[in-house]
Amino acid sequence: MKARIVAVSGNLVIAETDGRVVQNSVGYCTRSDGTRLLSEVIRVRGHLADLQVFEETRGLRVGDPVELREEMLSVVLAPGLLGQIYDGLQNPLPELAKQVGFFLQPGIYIHGISTTQAWAFTPTAKPGDVVRAGDALGAVPEGIFTHPITVPFAWRGEFTVEKIAPTGSYMVEAEMAVLADAQGARHPVTMQQTWPVKRPLSVARRRLLPDEPLVSRVRIIDSMFPVVRGGTYCIPGPFGAGKTVLQQITARHAEIDIVVIAACGERAGEIVETLRDFPELTDPRTGRSLMERTIIIANTSAMPVAAREASVYTAATLGEYYRQMGLNVLLLADSTSRWAQAMRELSGRLEEIPGEEAFPAYLESRIAAFYERAGALELRDGKIGSLTIGGTVSPAGGNFEEPVTQGTLKVVGAFHGLSRARSDARRYPAIDPLDSWSKYQGIIDAEAMATMRRLLVHGSEVQQMMTVVGEEGTSIDDFTAALKADFFDNVYLQQNAFDDVDGATPAERQKFVFHKVAEVAALEFEFTDKAQARQTLVEVTDLFRNWNYAAADSDEYRQWLTAIDQFIATKGQKE
Amino acid sequence: MRKYFDAIRRIAGNVVTVNAMGVTYDELAVINSAHGESLAQVIDLEGQQVSLQVFAGSQGVSNNDRVRFLQRPMQVPFSDDLLGRVLDGSGRPRDGRGAVTGTMTDLGTPPVNPVMRRMPDQMVHTGIPMIDVFNSLVESQKLPIFSVPGEPYNELLARIGLQADADIIILGGMGLRHDDYLKFRHTFEEGGVLGRAILFVHTAADPVVECLLVPDLCLAVGEQFALQGKRVLVLLTDMTAFADALKEISIVMEQIPSNRGYPGDLYTQLARRYEKAVDFDGAGSMTVLACVTMPGDDVTHPVPDNTGYITEGQFYLRHGRIEPFGSLSRLKQQVNGETRDDHRAIMDACIQLYALCRESREKRDMGFEMSDWDRKLLQYGLLFEQRVMDLSVNIHLFDALDRCWDILAECFEPAETGIRRAIIEKHWPAGDGEKEAAEPDEQLAEASA
Repeated sequence: MKARIVAVSGNLVIAETDGRVVQNSVGYCTRSDGTRLLSEVIRVRGHLADLQVFEETRGLRVGDPVELREEMLSVVLAPGLLGQIYDGLQNPLPELAKQVGFFLQPGIYIHGISTTQAWAFTPTAKPGDVVRAGDALGAVPEGIFTHPITVPFAWRGEFTVEKIAPTGSYMVEAEMAVLADAQGARHPVTMQQTWPVKRPLSVARRRLLPDEPLVSRVRIIDSMFPVVRGGTYCIPGPFGAGKTVLQQITARHAEIDIVVIAACGERAGEIVETLRDFPELTDPRTGRSLMERTIIIANTSAMPVAAREASVYTAATLGEYYRQMGLNVLLLADSTSRWAQAMRELSGRLEEIPGEEAFPAYLESRIAAFYERAGALELRDGKIGSLTIGGTVSPAGGNFEEPVTQGTLKVVGAFHGLSRARSDARRYPAIDPLDSWSKYQGIIDAEAMATMRRLLVHGSEVQQMMTVVGEEGTSIDDFTAALKADFFDNVYLQQNAFDDVDGATPAERQKFVFHKVAEVAALEFEFTDKAQARQTLVEVTDLFRNWNYAAADSDEYRQWLTAIDQFIATKGQKE
Repeated sequence: MRKYFDAIRRIAGNVVTVNAMGVTYDELAVINSAHGESLAQVIDLEGQQVSLQVFAGSQGVSNNDRVRFLQRPMQVPFSDDLLGRVLDGSGRPRDGRGAVTGTMTDLGTPPVNPVMRRMPDQMVHTGIPMIDVFNSLVESQKLPIFSVPGEPYNELLARIGLQADADIIILGGMGLRHDDYLKFRHTFEEGGVLGRAILFVHTAADPVVECLLVPDLCLAVGEQFALQGKRVLVLLTDMTAFADALKEISIVMEQIPSNRGYPGDLYTQLARRYEKAVDFDGAGSMTVLACVTMPGDDVTHPVPDNTGYITEGQFYLRHGRIEPFGSLSRLKQQVNGETRDDHRAIMDACIQLYALCRESREKRDMGFEMSDWDRKLLQYGLLFEQRVMDLSVNIHLFDALDRCWDILAECFEPAETGIRRAIIEKHWPAGDGEKEAAEPDEQLAEASA
C-alpha cells in the first residue's frame, strides 16, 4: 500500500493514504536518495497513519513515498540465534560492521540469521503424522542444545505431514517438510519462521506456578531475595550503585540454559565489555564458551529511540522461542527506564495527554504486559521451559517514588533495591537488605532467614541509636547485636565480584556457609567490655572472609573451616 | 526547486515557521533579515509549514524576510587548518582570521557500531593525584566534572587539557563568560598547546541556539581526527547551559516537559553526544570531559542526574578539591592494574583511612573522646589533604604513589594501613618514618589553630 509523507517531527512521520492501514504494521519511509527507513504504524486517524521511524529522520521530506506493509514488526526464529549480537531490530551487528564499517548507516537491514550456514537435520516426524503449531518435525544440533524444527507457531489448526526431508545437511531457507491443512492446501516449512515481537509467544498445555530457584550464585539474592525460574524481578538503583555489574555477574554465573541480554539505551562500552569477555570465558557447567549460551540485543543510548522501544520485545521473543524448546531462559533487560523513556518521547510527539512525569497513561499496563511474558510452561510434549525476566530500573534522582519503579514493583516477584548508602560504603552488591523483598522461596529455610533478618533490623536500629548516644550509652547486648548484624552483612551479604572464588557461590556452599554464619550469630557471647566484643567479632569476620576466598575443598578451605569450628566451640575465647 | 521562500507565517521564540515545498528534515537554511544573515535548521515539517530553529535568534526577523534552503544538514569544514583556530557556535571564525577550508563534514553522524569499539586500556596521565591515583582517566572515557558555580572547574578543565598527552585538544564552550574564554585561550597559549587545539566558543552574550551546536561541532571534528588515528581530548563546558538551551527550544515548540521543564528526550540528547566518546578498533580515540554545574548543588537535578546515568563515572569538585567520595572512574580497573604493583593497594588504603579520618573528625566535633588511633587518623587526614588532595599538586603518578607511602609511614605502623604484607615489604619507606609519627599532637595543634 502506498502512502505519502505529510509531516515529519523528530522520529514521528505522518503519512496520508487512501488504502488499508494496519495498526502496528511495518512501513518503509523512502528518502529521495532511495534509502528505505523502517517504521511502524502506531496510530491511525482517518486517512492519516502516524509512524514511528526506527532511524534518524534526517533527509525525509513532505511528499516522499511510504510503503505500508501488512505484516507486524517481526523477528526471524531459526537455529543460529545463539551467540549473536543484534541491534534492537535483529540486525546482526558484526555483519553490519563488515558491510558498512565503523558507523551504523540508516536504512541498512540484514537478515537476522545466516542463510548460508548448514545445519545437520534429523527428521522426527514421518509422512502421515498429524501435527499442530509448535510440534517438532525434526531437529538440528545447535551448540550443546537440540534445536527442534517445528510447525510454525502462528499456524492454526491441524496439519498432515505429506513430505519430510531426510537426514542431511540443510540451510535455513531449504524446504524441510510439506504439510497439508484440513482443506488439502499444501504448505512448505523451512527451518525459519517469523513472529511479531509485540505478541507473546506461548504454545503450551498450561502455565505453571514457578517455584524452582534460579541460582545466580550471588548470596544475597539466592539466600535472602531469591528469584525462581519463570519468575520476574527488578533492580532499581541510582547511577553508580552497580546495577549493570550485578546484571553482568548474573549473566555470567546464573545456573540457566540461555541468557538473553537486552542492553536497552545504556552505554555502548558495557556491551563491548560483554562481547569481548564472554567468548573468552568458559561456562563451568558445560565447559563451552559463555557466548554459546548468550544472545545480546544491543540498542545503546546513541542509537535511534524507537528501536530502543522495540529492542526489549525482540529480546523477549527470542527468549520465548528457546523456552518453547523446554529450556530455561533468563532475560536481563538493562534498563527498562530507557525503554519507558522511549515510550514517553513518542507519546509526547503524539501529543497524548501526559500522566505522571510526562510518562504516558498506559505506562503501567505496558510494563505489566512485558513482565507477564515471563513464566514457566508445561509444553505440549510434557517438557518444562521457563523464561525469567530481570529488569533494571534507573529512577530519576535515585528516588524510587517515580512511575517506572512503582509500575514495576506492582508486577514483579522480587525487588532488589540498590542503595546509594551501601554503594558509597563499598558494600557490594549494594542490594539493600532491609528494603528489598522477594515473594519466592529460595534455597535457605525461610524461618532461619527470618531470624537473620530480625538481627539485621535490630542491628540497624542500634546503629542509629549509637549515632546519637555514642558507644558509651549503648548496652553491651545491643552493641553485640549490632556487631553480629554487621558480621552477617560483611561475610555473607557482601561479595567480591572480582574474586574468582568469592564472586560466585554455588547453592550447596551457600547453604553450608549460611548455617555456619547463623551458628555464630546465635552464640551467647558473654562479653565483659565493648573492646573485647569488637575484637572477637573482627576475628571471626576475618576467618569467614578468608574462608570465602578459599576454593572449595582446598587445604586452605579446610584450614579456615577448622578454625571457624574451633571459634564456635570456644565462643572465641582463647585459653 | 525554488530557492527562496518569503511566506513567514509565525515567529515565536527562536523558531520561525515558513511556507515552503520540497524541504528535507534537518536541512539547513539561511534567513536574510534587515539585521543580517542567520543560519537556521529545520526542526519540524507539517504540510507546507516548515519550522526553523534560528541560530542567531529571531530578533529582527520580519514576516516578509527571505528564507533560502541549502539542501544539506549542518556541516563543519574539516582539515588540519582547524588547529589553532577559534570558531563560534555556528562554525564561523572568532579569531579575526579567514574562513576555514576543508572537507565538509555532517554534524550528528550515525552512532558507532558497538562491535567496532575496542576495550579502552590506555591511561591518560593528568598530573593530578586525585585523578591519576584514585580515579584514573582512561582514553575514550566520557566523564563529567560535577560542580557548582564559583568552583574552579574551568581552571581544572584547562589544566587537564594542558597536561593530558592528547594529540588534539578540542574545547567546546557553552554560555561561557568572555573572561573565561580569554583565560582558556591564554592558558593554552602559555602552555604551548594552542597549535594542536581547536576552540569552539559560544559566550553568554551569543544567541542561545548557537549553544546547541557547540558539542556537535566539537564531536564531529574530533571524530574525524580520531578516524585518522589521532587521540583526541574533547573538553565541554558547561553542559548545563546546553541542556538549558534544549529546554528553551522544546518549550517554544510546545513539547510536553517531563521534569522541571526539561524535554522528555533530555537523556537521549545528552547520550547521543556523550556516546561519541570512542576507542575505534583500528583507528584513534576520543575522550570527553565535560563540566556540569549542578543548580543548587543538587545531584538529583535532571541534568547531572541524566548525565550520571550516561557517563562512565563522575568527578565531584567541591571546595576547590576533587572529592574522594562519590567521585568515580568506572574504567579505572582497566588500567590501574598495569601501572605499578602498589597502585590499587594505595588507592584502597588511602581512601579507607581518609574515610575513617572523617569519622574521627565527626566524633571530635561532637565532643566524644579521642583515642590514640583517632589522633593518628586526624594527622593523616591533614597531611593527605595538604599534599595529595590539593588541586595545585602537580606530580607524576609514580611520585604521587611515593608521596602517599611517605604520608602513611609518617602516620601509621605498617599493619594499621590494612595493606597486604607483600606490598608493604616492597614499598614501605625505610628510615625516619617513625620519628615523625611520634609527634602527632604537635601536628594536631597546628591543625586546630
